[in-house]
Amino acid sequence: MKLYRFIIEILQIAILLGVAPAFTGWVRMLKCWSQGRTSAGIFQPYRDLLKLFSKDVLLADNASWIFRFTPYLVFGTAVLAGAIIPMLSLELPIASTADVIVLVALFAIARFFTALAGMDIGTAFGGMGSSREMTIASLAEPAMLMAIFTVSLASKSTSLSQMVHVIYSGQTVLRPSIVFALLAFVLIALAETGRIPVDNPATHLELTMIHEAMILEYSGRHLALIEWAGMMKLFLFVMLGVAAFAPWGIAESGDIVAISAAFIFMVLKLVIVGIVLVMIETGLAKMRIFRLTEFLGSAFLLATLGMLSYFILE
Amino acid sequence: MILSPINIISSSVLLLLLSVAIVPLLKSNQRLLINTSFMLSSLASLLGIAGGVWAVGGGITNKLILPIGLPDLPFHLRVDPLAGFFITVICLLSFFVSLYSVGYIKGYLGRRPVTSLVIFYCIFLAGILMVVLADDALFFLIAWEVMAAASYFLVMFEDERIENRRAAFLYMIVAHVGAIAILLSFGIMAGLTTGFESFNGYTFDAMRQAEFPLKWATAAFLLAFFGFAAKAGVVPLHVWLPEAHPVAPSNVSALMSGVMLKTAIYGIVRVSFDLIRVFPWWWGAIVLILGLISAVMGVLYALMQHDLKRLLAYHSVENIGIILIGIGLSMIFTSFHMPLLSALALIAGLYHTMNHAVFKGLLFMGAGAVLHATDERNMEEMGGLIHRMPWTAALFLIGCVSISALPPFNGFVSEWLTFQAFLLSPALPSPLLKLLIPLGAALLALTGALAAACFVKAFGVTFLGHWRGHRNPRVHEADWFMRSGMILAALTCLLLGILPTLFIDWMDIIPEQLAGSKLRISAGEYNWMWLTPVAPERASYSGLIVFLGILLVVVAAYLVLHIRPGAIHRAPIWDCGFGKLNQRMQYNATSFSMPIRRIFGFLFNIKEQVKLTPRAVHKAFPKRLNYYLRIRDRFWNWLYKPVVEFSFRVSRKVGLLQQGRIQAYLIYSFITIIVLLVFSR
Repeated sequence: MKLYRFIIEILQIAILLGVAPAFTGWVRMLKCWSQGRTSAGIFQPYRDLLKLFSKDVLLADNASWIFRFTPYLVFGTAVLAGAIIPMLSLELPIASTADVIVLVALFAIARFFTALAGMDIGTAFGGMGSSREMTIASLAEPAMLMAIFTVSLASKSTSLSQMVHVIYSGQTVLRPSIVFALLAFVLIALAETGRIPVDNPATHLELTMIHEAMILEYSGRHLALIEWAGMMKLFLFVMLGVAAFAPWGIAESGDIVAISAAFIFMVLKLVIVGIVLVMIETGLAKMRIFRLTEFLGSAFLLATLGMLSYFILE
Repeated sequence: MILSPINIISSSVLLLLLSVAIVPLLKSNQRLLINTSFMLSSLASLLGIAGGVWAVGGGITNKLILPIGLPDLPFHLRVDPLAGFFITVICLLSFFVSLYSVGYIKGYLGRRPVTSLVIFYCIFLAGILMVVLADDALFFLIAWEVMAAASYFLVMFEDERIENRRAAFLYMIVAHVGAIAILLSFGIMAGLTTGFESFNGYTFDAMRQAEFPLKWATAAFLLAFFGFAAKAGVVPLHVWLPEAHPVAPSNVSALMSGVMLKTAIYGIVRVSFDLIRVFPWWWGAIVLILGLISAVMGVLYALMQHDLKRLLAYHSVENIGIILIGIGLSMIFTSFHMPLLSALALIAGLYHTMNHAVFKGLLFMGAGAVLHATDERNMEEMGGLIHRMPWTAALFLIGCVSISALPPFNGFVSEWLTFQAFLLSPALPSPLLKLLIPLGAALLALTGALAAACFVKAFGVTFLGHWRGHRNPRVHEADWFMRSGMILAALTCLLLGILPTLFIDWMDIIPEQLAGSKLRISAGEYNWMWLTPVAPERASYSGLIVFLGILLVVVAAYLVLHIRPGAIHRAPIWDCGFGKLNQRMQYNATSFSMPIRRIFGFLFNIKEQVKLTPRAVHKAFPKRLNYYLRIRDRFWNWLYKPVVEFSFRVSRKVGLLQQGRIQAYLIYSFITIIVLLVFSR
C-alpha cells in the first residue's frame, strides 16, 4: 500500500514534467489562432527545450556560482511543489510536508534566487527585472495568501488535501466568499506567472520585460531548466486553483480507474483554463508598471471581501 | 556549591566580570588582551547555554538571594524556564559573536586602543544576563541601567565621528525615558502589593502573589510596555535604533540587535504573563497593532536605506514587530481563556525571538566582515564582493534567506506558526476581532514579501555585479575566527529551520507555565519530522523534507545534465554592440527600491530633485545630471522635533537666569530662602 502511494507520487511528478510543456504549447497555439497567425503546434515547447539542452552554455565573465546554481534550484522547487499539490489523487505520501503557505513560500524561494541571478551579471536589464519582479511579488503575495486563507477558513485547514476533502463532503457549494476568492486568485495567478496584463512572456522589449529581463543572460541547459520550470509554474498555478476551487475529478482513493478518470478530468480542465487564459490575454493590453498597484490592489480587495463575506454571510 | 542552572548561569556572569578584572593586567599587550577576554566571554557564553538549556529542558526553577545592595533590600535572582530560554538565546548568539570578535577586533589594532571596547563588551553581556536573572524590581533596574550604560559606551567607541556622538546621545535619552517608565510601572506594582506600606513589595515573588485592580494594572502595564517598547524600537519609538546600531562596532551591533532588544521582549512577557497574569483582551490588541505597524514600517524604511548596517537595523524594528504580533495574539487568546491557541501564538513569538537573534547576528557579522574588508558601509560603493569574499557571501546569503522567511531556513518556521495563529483567530468569541485579526495576516504577508525584496537588494547590490566604488580597496576575506562565528550561526539557522519540533518540544514548558497549555506538536502518526500545531489535518510542515526534496531534485538534475560533458564558455557581457558598458550603469540600491518608493512614498518624507545641465549644442544632450534624494522618517517631524524644540525653548528661557555674576546668584539664594520661609512656616 505504501509502495503504491509512492508510485502515484512518481506518476504525478512525471505528469508534471511531461504535460507542463504541452499546456504551454496549447496556450501558445490558441494565442496564435486568436491573432490570426499560424501556430507551431502543441509540441513546439518540447522541441525548444530539447534544442536548448543540447546547446553549450555561454556564461558572462563575472557570473558567480549563484548564477549557475539558480536554474537547478528553480527547477527543484517547481518539482517539489508539483509533488505536493494534488493533481490526480489525494493519497500523496509527502503532501503533508507542506501546506498552502509553504507552497507560496516555495515559489518565493525560486523568485528570490532568480532575482539574485538577475543582479549577478551586473547589467542594467537584470537589475531592472529583479527590482520590478520583487515589487510585484511583494504586492501579490498578501493578496494571494488572503485568497487562500478565505478558502481555508471554510475548510478549517491550510492543507490542500484537506481542502479538497471538505469540498467533496459537500460542505462548500458555490458560496459568495469562494467566488470572491476565486476572482482574486485569477488576478494574482496572472501576476505570479507573468502573463498579460502584468508581464508579457513573449516580449524582449526592454521597457516591458520583467521576468524575461532577469533571465536574459541565460543560455543552454540553464535556460532550458528555467524555461521548463516556468512552464511547470504555470501548470502548477492551474492545478493549485483547481484543487482549491474546483477539485471535482481528483481521485480520493488510489485505484487505477479513479486515477485514469482523474487524468482525463485534469486534461479537460487544462483545455478549458487554456482557452480562458488566452481570452484574457488577447482581451487586455499590458499595463504600465505603476498601474499594477491598482490591479493587485483590487485583487487584494476582492480577497478581503471574500473573507468578510465569509464572516458576515456564512 | 551544588550544581544547578542558576549556579551555572551566575558563574557565567562572574566569569564575564572576571574578564573585566584582568583587563588592566593585559592592557599593554592588546593582541593578547583580545584573545584572552573574548575567549573567556565565549566560555562564559557556553556556560550560560548549558544552564539555560538545562533550566528549560528540566523545567527547573531556582532562586538565589544575594545579601548585597541596599540594607534590607537584598538582590533576588531566579531562573525559571522563561528566563532560561532567554539566557539560552542570549548566550547562543554571544558565543558566536565572541568567537567572531577575536578576529574582528584585531582590525582595530594599530589604529586605536581597544581596551575600553573589551571592558564594556564584557560588562554589556553581564548586564544583559543580569536583567534576565533579576527577580526583584531593584536588581532588574540596576541591571537594566548597567546594560544601557555599557552599550552607550560601545556606541561611543569611535567617538571622533560626530554621527557616533549624536547617535549615542539620542540612544541615552530614549533609554532613560524608557527606564523611567519601567521604574514607575514597578513602583505601581510594588506599592499595590503592600498597599504602599513597606518596601517588601519590590520582589517579583510578591507581585506574583498580589491581585491588582484593573485600573492600576492597566497603568502598570502601559508604562512597562512603553518602557520596553522604547528599548525594543517599536514604531514610533524606534528612531534611536537605526542611528545607534550601525555606528557601533559590528560585533556590538550584532549583540545589540540580536539580544539586547530581546530583553525588552522578555520584559513584556514577564510583566504581562507572569507578574500581572490577568488582563483584558485590548492589552493584547495594543501589542498586536503596534507589532503590525512596526513590522510593515520597519521593512519599508529598511528598503529605503543604502547603508548596509542601517538597513539591518531597520529590519530589527520589523522583526521585533513580528515577535510582538505573536505575543499580542497570545495575550488576546489568553484573555479569552483559549490556552492551546495562546500557547501556539506564544511559541511563534518566542521561536521568532530565537530565530531573529541568530540570523540578525549572522547578518551583522557578515556586514561587519564587509566593513572590515572594504572600510565601507554604503552599498552604492560596493558590488561583486562574492568573488573576493566567497565565504562571507555564502554565509550572508544564508542569513538573507532566513530573514526573508523562505523555507527551509528558520525565519519561515516562526512566520508559518504566526500565520497559523492568525488563521485560528476566528475561534474567538468576539465578532469584531474575528473580522479584523485575519487582516493582520495580510500585513504579515506583505512584510515577508517586502523583506525578501529588501534582501535581494542588500545581497544583490553588495555581493553581486561589479564593484561600484570609486576607491579600490584591497578586499580580503574574513579570517577563520570571524568565519567560524558566522558558520556556526548559519548552521544554527538551518537546524532551527529543519528540526523545529526538537526545539519546540524543548521549550514547550514555557507556554505550559504562562498560558496554561502545552503545544503538543508531534501527535499521532506524525513524528518529529513534521511540525503539526493543533492537529495534523489542520496544517503540517516538514522543513527537513522540503530541504531534502529540493536537494535531491537539484542534485539529480545536475547529475543528469552532466552525464554528457557540456562545455561552458566564458565571454564578456553582451553590451548590445555599443561597447561602453561600465559599472556605474548597474542597478544600485536606490534604483532597485525605486518602484517601492513610488508606491509607498506617501509614508515617507521624500525630497527628490533632478538637475540637468544641458550642453551648448542642444538641450537634448545633457552634459551632466545631478540626482538628489533625501528620505526622512516622518515620525521624527511628528513626534520628536516638537519635543526637541520645546526642550530647547525651555532651556533657553531657564538659561536667562544664568548671568555669570555672583551677585545675581546670591540674590537667587536669598529669594529662595525668603519664599521657603513664607510658605513652610
